[in-house]
Amino acid sequence: MENLNGYLIVSAILFSIGTIGVLTRKNAIVIFMCVELMLNAVNLTFVALSRHLGNLDGQVFVFFVMTVAAAEAAVGLALMIAFYNNRETIDVTDMNSLKW
Amino acid sequence: METLFFLIVSIVAIASAVMVIACRNPINSALSLILTFFCLATYYVMLDAPFLAAVQVMVYAGAIMVLIVFTIMLLNIRIDATRRHSHMIFFGSIVGFATLFNTVYIVMKSRAATPATTVNVEALKAGHTELIGREMFTNFLLPFEITSILLLVAIVGAVVIAKKKI
Repeated sequence: MENLNGYLIVSAILFSIGTIGVLTRKNAIVIFMCVELMLNAVNLTFVALSRHLGNLDGQVFVFFVMTVAAAEAAVGLALMIAFYNNRETIDVTDMNSLKW
Repeated sequence: METLFFLIVSIVAIASAVMVIACRNPINSALSLILTFFCLATYYVMLDAPFLAAVQVMVYAGAIMVLIVFTIMLLNIRIDATRRHSHMIFFGSIVGFATLFNTVYIVMKSRAATPATTVNVEALKAGHTELIGREMFTNFLLPFEITSILLLVAIVGAVVIAKKKI
């Protein structure tokens, strides 16, 4: 099982795809899903290095990252529903109330 | 054999991740993201982490994605074909590819792939969930308790924010 570089590179590719999605898409829910994709790429790195080093700390960290992602999903989607009730859109270019 | 399987799963994972950012309809993006999560669960099984694979399928592909799909259905966003669905593609791609090159360069240059000195693989394979539980309730007890407070705050916050009138 000496394929650590393969896992790390797949993780880097998934993280970059998530970065491109966050920077280029306009739909807030799709941006949110890209953030989830980036979190999962980091989780894959944690698990691969935990397996490589023979240490369980990485897997416990992945568990905590999943918990934070669940809390983020609940609060973020509630924010989007509140915004949609006000503006009838979730396009991020329309979120310009604080823009001078 | 395992390398071939790894390649197939990688191709599916990367293709579905590209579909997440390429689809115009958010529902198609969500379904592609579920496929990516299943590929990651496959990776976890290959990395001897069956507990995390089960949690990945249940929490991510089950709970979080159901929440996202439910929100998309609830908001019922119409796709306006005349409006652009993305912006700043050139700048975003430059930043993304810079991230990719940077991380791949660090992975290639680092000594992470050299075998570690003390790998206790046999202990990792036997009773995996039990080991994680023991670790979590002894060494990581304080973060575990803080996590429970975080979840409580998230529950209350989500209800308060999504309500129309407080």
